[in-house]
Amino acid sequence: MSHDQGREKLIRMANQIATFFMSQPETDRAKGVATHINKFWEPRMRRHLFECLDEGADGLMPLVVEASTLIHRPSSQAKPGTSNGIAKPL
Amino acid sequence: MSLIHEIDYGTPASRSERQVTLTIDGRAVTVPEGTSIMRASMEAGIQIPKLCATDMVDAFGSCRLCLVEVEGRNGTPSSCTTPVSPNMVVHTQTGRLKDIRRGVMELYISDHPLDCLTCAANGDCELQDMAGAVGLRDVRYGYQGENHVRARNDDAINPKWMPKDESNPYFTYDPSKCIVCSRCVRACEEVQGTFALTIEGRGFESRVSPGAHEHFLDSECVSCGACVQACPTATLTEKSVIAIGQPEHSAVTTCAYCGVGCSFKAEMRGEELVRMVPWKDGQANRGHSCVKGRFAYGYASHRDRILNPMIRENISDPWREVTWEEAFSHIATEFRRIQYQYGRDAIGGITSSRCTNEETFLVQKLVRAGFGNNNVDTCARVCHSPTGYGLGQAFGTSAGTQNFDSIEQSDVVIVIGANPTDGHPVFGSRLKKRLRQGAKLIVIDPRRIDLVRTPHVEAAYHLPLKPGTNVAVMTALAHVIVTEGLAAEAFIRERCDWSEFEDWAAFVSDKAHSPEVTESFTGVPADLLRGAARLFASGGNGAIYYGLGVTEHSQGSTTVMAIANLAMATGNIGRPGVGVNPLRGQNNVQGSCDMGSFPHELPGYRHISDDATRDTFEKLWGVTLNNEPGLRIPNMLDAAVEGTFKGIYIQGEDILQSDPDTRHVSAGLEAMECVVVHDLFLNETANYAHVFLPGSTFLEKDGTFTNAERRINRVRRVMTPKNGLADWEVTQKLAQAMGLNWNYAHPSEIMDEIAATTPSFGMVSYDYLDKMGSVQWPCNEAHPKGSPIMHVDGFVRGKGKFIRTEYVATDERTGPRFPLLLTTGRILSQYNVGAQTRRTENVIWHAEDRLEIHPHDAEQRGIKDGDWIKLASRSGDTTLRAQITDRVSPGVVYTTFHHPDTQANVITTDFSDWATNCPEYKVTAVQVSPSNGPTQWQEDYNDLSNRSRRIAGKIQAAE
Ligand code: SF4
Ligand code: SF4
Ligand code: SF4
Ligand code: FES
Repeated sequence: MSHDQGREKLIRMANQIATFFMSQPETDRAKGVATHINKFWEPRMRRHLFECLDEGADGLMPLVVEASTLIHRPSSQAKPGTSNGIAKPL
Repeated sequence: MSLIHEIDYGTPASRSERQVTLTIDGRAVTVPEGTSIMRASMEAGIQIPKLCATDMVDAFGSCRLCLVEVEGRNGTPSSCTTPVSPNMVVHTQTGRLKDIRRGVMELYISDHPLDCLTCAANGDCELQDMAGAVGLRDVRYGYQGENHVRARNDDAINPKWMPKDESNPYFTYDPSKCIVCSRCVRACEEVQGTFALTIEGRGFESRVSPGAHEHFLDSECVSCGACVQACPTATLTEKSVIAIGQPEHSAVTTCAYCGVGCSFKAEMRGEELVRMVPWKDGQANRGHSCVKGRFAYGYASHRDRILNPMIRENISDPWREVTWEEAFSHIATEFRRIQYQYGRDAIGGITSSRCTNEETFLVQKLVRAGFGNNNVDTCARVCHSPTGYGLGQAFGTSAGTQNFDSIEQSDVVIVIGANPTDGHPVFGSRLKKRLRQGAKLIVIDPRRIDLVRTPHVEAAYHLPLKPGTNVAVMTALAHVIVTEGLAAEAFIRERCDWSEFEDWAAFVSDKAHSPEVTESFTGVPADLLRGAARLFASGGNGAIYYGLGVTEHSQGSTTVMAIANLAMATGNIGRPGVGVNPLRGQNNVQGSCDMGSFPHELPGYRHISDDATRDTFEKLWGVTLNNEPGLRIPNMLDAAVEGTFKGIYIQGEDILQSDPDTRHVSAGLEAMECVVVHDLFLNETANYAHVFLPGSTFLEKDGTFTNAERRINRVRRVMTPKNGLADWEVTQKLAQAMGLNWNYAHPSEIMDEIAATTPSFGMVSYDYLDKMGSVQWPCNEAHPKGSPIMHVDGFVRGKGKFIRTEYVATDERTGPRFPLLLTTGRILSQYNVGAQTRRTENVIWHAEDRLEIHPHDAEQRGIKDGDWIKLASRSGDTTLRAQITDRVSPGVVYTTFHHPDTQANVITTDFSDWATNCPEYKVTAVQVSPSNGPTQWQEDYNDLSNRSRRIAGKIQAAE
């Protein structure tokens, strides 16, 4: 899967979540999307989502954009070799 | 250890609450009303001779051996068919009774081959026992008369003699030994519900016959073995007993196939398994089983089993056998190297729904505490993750609400997206039994599954919906119930959030959700749907059972919520006979979810971001846990292709075969640098592995499985692991190699850790399980005996939550290129990806996967029954043979996925459930066309498989 396909899939997943919450009562919508993504999306996926959002949110449903203020932005990219002591080569 | 002998009370227990006291042989006995004299005697410790009675089935009263005398009554009534009455005085042994019994036995024995010494039932034959019990000393009639015993009488052919039927791979039928007690016939009818056997002919002529004088294999028989178990003689006998002899000790254990979780006695001779016999006290199966659990254990000693660890640098190299130490240190070095090079999150693990709770717990612990991330997932992802999410939202806990016994009190049963007679056979039999007693059935399924019409069972409604329209149909059912005023208002007001209900009721009442409108895209006629809704809402106790046909959709989670809505709206939660019941696929799907296999939650369904929960584990494990959710299986593969995920430890799963979009899975695995597969066989995933760790079977280890009704059942080791180590030991040694200080001496210590950290398991321990037999979680201070039924006094989350369920058509739509919808399923004799069952005699029933196609669609394409066809979707194509049937509607095709050659998942796409990424297996747009052989992909793949099964220094093992 190329980078583009990966991104396409991520956008589809975000939109699927938004589609479900679109049918819910108004007050639950953005919160619902954000809570769901915070609960189930690994930081790498959220980081990619923010890349899409930062680059203009092409293809993302407006509800995802609306929810994005409530989605936790993952801390800076985890760098190889720097993780908290656990990843020493044996 | 000795052989567990279960008492046969002769007739089934009575359920009556009224007690009756009588006197039997001078002893006062008190039993429930409706109990037979035979059973009452047995309870008092007096065994009345019997042949045709056994407590598996209702009494029939044909052998006349169990006669008794009752004071004040004439004659000698048979004790198996005579119920007790107050103050009755019974004598079981008098001169008259002794004479009659001897006479009866004399007749039986005069037409029986007297080869007791060489008979397979020697030592376990009720005819022998009874001859002894009645004191039979000679047979006055001689053995020369009319008989069924000898092929020839003097020089003439004996027309009454019939040869042995050895067609079934697991048991034989030797008519010469039959005493025509009809126990087998009744077992097949009453216990299994298949009605495969009849008694053919009358009087002395009569003989047992499968179907219309067919061989067992050609008849309707599904090989459950109930008849074999019921037979008092060697007439129906396990071939394994014939080959080995009688067992000498046994242990109670749990079937490792499906989520019913049947209890068995593993009957042994030394370390050799002689046979599996369902345990009467097993609370899930109540003494019944299916062909897989009883017979299909041969894979445990199959020659394909790999017994030594193996390593290879590249997946194109042959395997090299190594020592365990070498394998562990290789993995530890590789995993640490990868983490150093690509980051802590670059590795992960997959837990198995086939392994024990203890083993699953250890794998997730290894990932969280040893790898330092939460990249752990389980194959439950691809089956029941929407159940977890949907029920969690609605009720506050993500498990089924009932025990299996509950079905005995149901009045209307909805079966949606499940095929219990094939997928969950013992539950299927229990359901059919209830239906024969008069309960009504509603089947919601694109395919006419067997339950729709089978002997003595007929569904009141079959709603043959188009694949992918579950939500629309469930919401339309709710529409009818709400708009026709059938909702259970009192229940809802008391138990649920009323304003959420009002919001939901307004939503479903919208005309857009009426059956008349939805008919156009669901294909379900409006009047049928209305009828089904009315029946469910007003027919008494309503229970819903569902399977993967609900969850494996892009709206899987939404359908689960719709099911929960329907149960709450009709007040069908919180008591026996009702409820929402997911039928789990593999034996320990429930357990693997409970044990924290998902990347976002710790054991007991507690979110990883919850500080208090993390704190519990951090203190005990002495590590800091990552508070961010980890990757799910599909995300791991995406990340691998992207280059940020490089190593994986897969215990007991074959993701290449079980996960959708095979090409994507193989691309992901191929991109990794260290794939570790821990399994019994070189499975399909192992084609891409760098390290193979041999696994152990359920017969070789101690542990627990948790079945679909949340029942924690013990698994007991009855033989030494052929590979040297039980799976939990393998994980422990791997953890030690990675520097973790683990020292579990026995799986019971792992369970103690689970109980100490997971509130719903608070009181569970091996000692407690030994005492209770089994318990259903939650089992803690608040529920010391476990919890057969959930949400009894209110929902776990407080108020039940109604959630709007809008139907969204899947993106997977048919069009001119792919005009048909493919849906998938499973059959009785095979299990999941078939790695075990394909290595047993079960292949006789299902040698290959077939594509079911409607005659109309087949004709249009010029396809005849048995033709090779090409099945293509936008993901890929494969070939298999067609089976033409009107079980599927026009426009729908169906196949199973038990054989790797078929590669059905080359066809399925990477669409998935919106909430959980559970793949959308149940709908794929496809085209079918004639073909003359395997596709290029199949050939390439076969080639790869063959190459990757090479082991240096060994002749290649063919499958
Ligand atoms: S094995 Fe089961 S299905 Fe077959 S005849 Fe016996 S009881 Fe019936
Ligand atoms: S086969 Fe066995 S159970 Fe069936 S009638 Fe004959 S003796 Fe009885
Ligand atoms: S496969 Fe399922 S139904 Fe069959 S014996 Fe095993 S647990 Fe029971
Ligand atoms: S056991 Fe009662 S008649 Fe056979």
